[in-house]
Amino acid sequence: MLTNIESRDAVTLIQVQEERLDAHNSPELKNQMLKLLEEGNHRMIIDLQDVRFVDSSGLGALVSGFKNASARNGSLKLCGLQPQVQSMFELTRLHRVFDIFSDRHQALSSFQDLSEQT
Amino acid sequence: MSERIFLDISFPYETDYLCLIGKIGEQLAWNLSSFSGDRETLAYHVNLVLTEAVANAIEHAADNRSSPFLHVTIRVENGLLTIRVFDQGPGFSLCDVQESCDDTLEEHGRGIFIIKSLMDRVSYIKLDDGHVLEMEKNLY
Repeated sequence: MLTNIESRDAVTLIQVQEERLDAHNSPELKNQMLKLLEEGNHRMIIDLQDVRFVDSSGLGALVSGFKNASARNGSLKLCGLQPQVQSMFELTRLHRVFDIFSDRHQALSSFQDLSEQT
Repeated sequence: MSERIFLDISFPYETDYLCLIGKIGEQLAWNLSSFSGDRETLAYHVNLVLTEAVANAIEHAADNRSSPFLHVTIRVENGLLTIRVFDQGPGFSLCDVQESCDDTLEEHGRGIFIIKSLMDRVSYIKLDDGHVLEMEKNLY
């Protein structure tokens, strides 16, 4: 699983640098997210701009990250979904669960807006 | 004369092959000369249902299976796409699969739901040495 992980303004940004997120590589992403959360990174953005294909295991890994972040009073947001990937979230109704942004800048801004409100 | 294609593929029970089998299905969809619908969506859906069905067969494969290879056939005939994924696991019931994904934060259980949503007919049939998940889609 190729990922690029960086920290910006107390938000951890994970860019998945794979064409596919499926049953073969999604367990690795799930473990990476959990490790980062356990290290105290509770505000997370998953950038899927390079991902052209996602299956139910990939969706399940993201749901796992979402639940683990929420359980720590954190937040996991998504950005950069390609149209066919977006359609999978809509088919499974997960677009109503996740905060989804068009790109990382908008996703980062949403965390900053939240900080200003609190 | 209508287009006829038959692919018969066997490969190890390993998730390393998910990408390959999915892309074979995707490329087949792109190559259907007589299909006039949304080819990009069809290609994505064929890739996806193959990936889901094969991943399911690998996950539920029995340890004492008689063959080291997972067997998949893809047939196009008379405007009908038929994908069969054979497994040697203990099997499952299609009826147990959730009919919708509303308000669920389960990490598993969406694969068969996705297949049933994207294909026109799905059946799971008991065989002498396992099961076959049969998925059909009308192309015209």
